[in-house]
Amino acid sequence: MQVTSPVRKPLITGGKTVHDVTEDICRQVEAKPSKLWLMAFGISVVTLAIGFLAVAATLWEGIGMWGLNKTVGWAWDITNFVWWVGIGHAGTLISAVLLLFRQKWRMAINRASEAMTIFAVICAAMFPVLHMGRPWLGAYWALPLPNTFGSLWVNFNSPLLWDVFAISTYFSVSLVFWYLGLVPDFATIRDRATGIRKKIYGALSLGWDGAARTWSRYESVSLILAGLATPLVLSVHTIVSFDFATSVIPGWHTTIFPPYFVAGAIFSGFAMVLTLMIVTRQVFKLHDYITIEHIELMNIVIIVTGSIVGIAYITEFFIAWYSGVPAEQYAFFNRMQGPYWWAYWSMMTCNVISPQLFWSKKIRTSIAATFIISIIVNIGMWFERFVIIVTSLHRDYLPSSWAMFYPTVYDMGVYLFTFGLFFTAFFLFAKFFPVINMAEVKSIVKSSSEKTA
Amino acid sequence: MSDSKDFILGVYDDEDVLLSAVGKIRGAGIKIDEVYSPFPVHGLDDELGYKKSRLPIAAFMFGILGTTLALTMQIWMLGIDWPMIIGGKNHVALPDFVPVTFELTVLLAAFGMVGTFLVSSDLKPWKDPKLLDIRITDDKHIMAIDLGQNKAVDAEKIGSALKDSGAVEVNDKKVEE
Repeated sequence: MQVTSPVRKPLITGGKTVHDVTEDICRQVEAKPSKLWLMAFGISVVTLAIGFLAVAATLWEGIGMWGLNKTVGWAWDITNFVWWVGIGHAGTLISAVLLLFRQKWRMAINRASEAMTIFAVICAAMFPVLHMGRPWLGAYWALPLPNTFGSLWVNFNSPLLWDVFAISTYFSVSLVFWYLGLVPDFATIRDRATGIRKKIYGALSLGWDGAARTWSRYESVSLILAGLATPLVLSVHTIVSFDFATSVIPGWHTTIFPPYFVAGAIFSGFAMVLTLMIVTRQVFKLHDYITIEHIELMNIVIIVTGSIVGIAYITEFFIAWYSGVPAEQYAFFNRMQGPYWWAYWSMMTCNVISPQLFWSKKIRTSIAATFIISIIVNIGMWFERFVIIVTSLHRDYLPSSWAMFYPTVYDMGVYLFTFGLFFTAFFLFAKFFPVINMAEVKSIVKSSSEKTA
Repeated sequence: MSDSKDFILGVYDDEDVLLSAVGKIRGAGIKIDEVYSPFPVHGLDDELGYKKSRLPIAAFMFGILGTTLALTMQIWMLGIDWPMIIGGKNHVALPDFVPVTFELTVLLAAFGMVGTFLVSSDLKPWKDPKLLDIRITDDKHIMAIDLGQNKAVDAEKIGSALKDSGAVEVNDKKVEE
């Protein structure tokens, strides 16, 4: 038995019973789609369709449709890739790392944040795949497959290839973890449903019967998966940062990148979880499960990771000056004062200043303030990647080749496409899957719920 | 009679009562067929006397397999089959092979373990779970006692033992095989 401190505030409010949990969560899955849901889903699908035009143009004409030039060969696409992968960090962090630390508050939010992770990683993958120009041949360039181009294998010395392995492993392990968590909940829905729904949820639940022997194995599988996923979470953004850190571009060639990227990823991931959970909580009326306590705890994670990111910015700056390397010094001076000064200062304001507001208890327990800051954080994190990537490239060692990068409408369209994809997937998830892990929440109803006297 | 099983089901609505009940019932010399719960009850497997799962060992073995495969693949491809000089590095530059080796280790360990779990627990999409009570996946814990396994004990006595241990209901259930 675990001892829970009596000081800990209840994680579930409203005096819920175990049966109430089933009712509250299944209600959304079983009810007819609401008008609000239909509208939100419709907007997402339309966004997806509009964005698809840009994707189609890119595939048809080639990536010359994008705003890249000879000097800035990586810009919008990689910015978006790193941004989405960063967002995809929170889900598995919440479910794996917080499971290992026995943080029970994860239980109300892990399901939706894992779903977010999976969809965000799919969105991220769109960019390198499209950047291949001919993605249907991409498997030969990205995977070690025998081919007739000469027995030429992929280059295992390249961080770009490590990325392929890191992200596909992260995606598939997160998917398995998420699905395994869904199985007992699908069984609950199956046993309440009739007809075709019973068949579908029955197949999804893999014949789950809740036997103690299965639960015992299930618990040990979850624990080991969490143990495996924890270094995985940290490895993914570390390897993404290697894409930059192993090159000799000023502003990229720094050893601080791996921890700095990981902290930034958790920072933006938690912000996105907050944005989505605040909306989900409101729309599905889950106030008793996702409490202010949850929001506050997530905001504390945001202060911690946001401060790490802030320190990383300052350290990077100091080291550029301290190194005495003129190219390095110029790169950072150019970030602050060069033609992209507005991107740099947006990043600084959004990422360094805005999370510090959460030191005030009033702000970190306010839903409206949290919602706004969570969006600001993600805008800031987008600018961070843009600043790192574009400002380092656009003024390289040779002043005669200095150039500017401007996104075209196709660049923006592809970004829009990933937004459409993300929200379409998320809304489908929110309607047809249980958004809260019922089995896990039920296990803490007795110990962590507010008792009705 | 030969192709049906008679069960007595004890229905519990509290996990702590259930935990102590398992000890009491087993102490009275009654064999419990299985306990079904809507959520994991910590310590229930110990009370029922189940052995620790060996799935972590499976995970470790699959992990080692992943490490071996990844290293063999990279050394063979870049060192033996088609050696190329890349950035003046050694053909077999082991530090560069660490990330892919790590990822494949994790991938195989995770998939291998989950696959083993699904097979050993007989979980598959086309399986009918044949629940003894529909409330198992909602809010009730069901302790199933197979009369066939408890010929020495009187059925009446089992029923009253269940009631005494805190069961809120005691039901009979016949399951056709």
